[in-house]
Amino acid sequence: MPEEKIRILIAKPGLDGHDRGAKVIARALRDAGMEVIYTGLRQTPEMIVEAALQEDVDAIGLSILSGAHMTLFPRVIQLLKEKGLDDVLVFGGGIIPDQDVPELKRLGVRGIFGPGTSTDTIVEFVREEIRRHRAGEPRQ
Amino acid sequence: MAGDARALARLISLVEDEDPSARAALAILYPRTGRAHLVGITGAPGTGKSTLVNEMAKVYRRRELTVGIVAVDPTSPFSGGAILGDRVRMRELAGDPGIFIRSMATRGSLGGLARATSDAVKVLDAAGYDRVLIETVGAGQAEVDIAKTAHTTIVVEAPGFGDDIQAIKAGILEIADVFAVNKADREGADSTVTALEMMLDLNGTQVGRWRPPIIKTVAIRGDGVPDLVDRVEAHYDHLRDSGLLARKEEERVRDELVALLQHELTQALLASLRPGELDEWVRRVARREADPYAAAQSLVHRRSR
Repeated sequence: MPEEKIRILIAKPGLDGHDRGAKVIARALRDAGMEVIYTGLRQTPEMIVEAALQEDVDAIGLSILSGAHMTLFPRVIQLLKEKGLDDVLVFGGGIIPDQDVPELKRLGVRGIFGPGTSTDTIVEFVREEIRRHRAGEPRQ
Repeated sequence: MAGDARALARLISLVEDEDPSARAALAILYPRTGRAHLVGITGAPGTGKSTLVNEMAKVYRRRELTVGIVAVDPTSPFSGGAILGDRVRMRELAGDPGIFIRSMATRGSLGGLARATSDAVKVLDAAGYDRVLIETVGAGQAEVDIAKTAHTTIVVEAPGFGDDIQAIKAGILEIADVFAVNKADREGADSTVTALEMMLDLNGTQVGRWRPPIIKTVAIRGDGVPDLVDRVEAHYDHLRDSGLLARKEEERVRDELVALLQHELTQALLASLRPGELDEWVRRVARREADPYAAAQSLVHRRSR
């Protein structure tokens, strides 16, 4: 039967070398029936957005532990806008201080998930966001 | 190119999701297909297919040819999800507008490719990519669909993956047009080459017949890859000059048409049944009150008189 699969890019921008968290999330999304394009370590924002475009993904999940989130997230979002991909859902996780969250959300990062978040929470978030987007409901 | 790439990516998704609009688009694109050289790369998991694809793409780009890549990974039979990880080994290709990479999940297909792979390849072909590299799932022995989709099939082996009895079994080794013995800096590479040579010797020699060359590569360093690409190109020349290319294309079209007919006729038949009619037969067959062959015959012939 034809169906519209959910496709998600999971990427690790920047220079930190810890991808365990990203792999755990990738696996959880796979187990939830989604197709996860995993691009590995040390991706530049340009590489991430190019992959998102070619792979026609519904969402991008970024894992950042290096502290460079205030540079990397805005750059990815800006590039997505330039390529006309502003309808792609962007969310993230890693070590992101609470005080930075409001600014990231204002920029368009729809969800930020810190250490200890259950994978179910993230799967539910992604499902619900994409369901709403496909149904044409506006994002609050 | 950027606008085109977006449209290309979107169209491949529609093809994968079997969206009705994809069919119309493919019909329009069809006359522009048939120009690209389609190269399949198959072999067991861990032999280095993705790394080899990465290096081959670099060689083609140095020769000023554009490259489309379709990389297939398996769908989980339990969740329907997939991890598509082939891009991890292709990071060096990022930022080159002459390259388009698309990852694809098998979505239940068993032959080493996805159902939508050959249509995705057509989209890339029509978009003007000179070479389309198709990487199969990590293949065992029987995943041989790639030989029908690609003009030239590379079977990737690595030292230590099997002895000479493996080499005379039927299946994947028979579909090779070119062999790459990758990780050739490891111990045992020469005996892998010897086992393959012996297998090819058993095939006998015929004048004018293509004997698959065996190329040693160390993909991670790019060693041997220009030579591999040369042999792949030579195989295409051979196909064209011998008239096999046209024959192969007709075979491919025949298979494709028959598959489409099967799909269309099945859909039409299922749509023509009374609600619950199929379920009735399912129950009867499951209770052994009817056999599946009679059930199928009866369902097919119910409408004709």
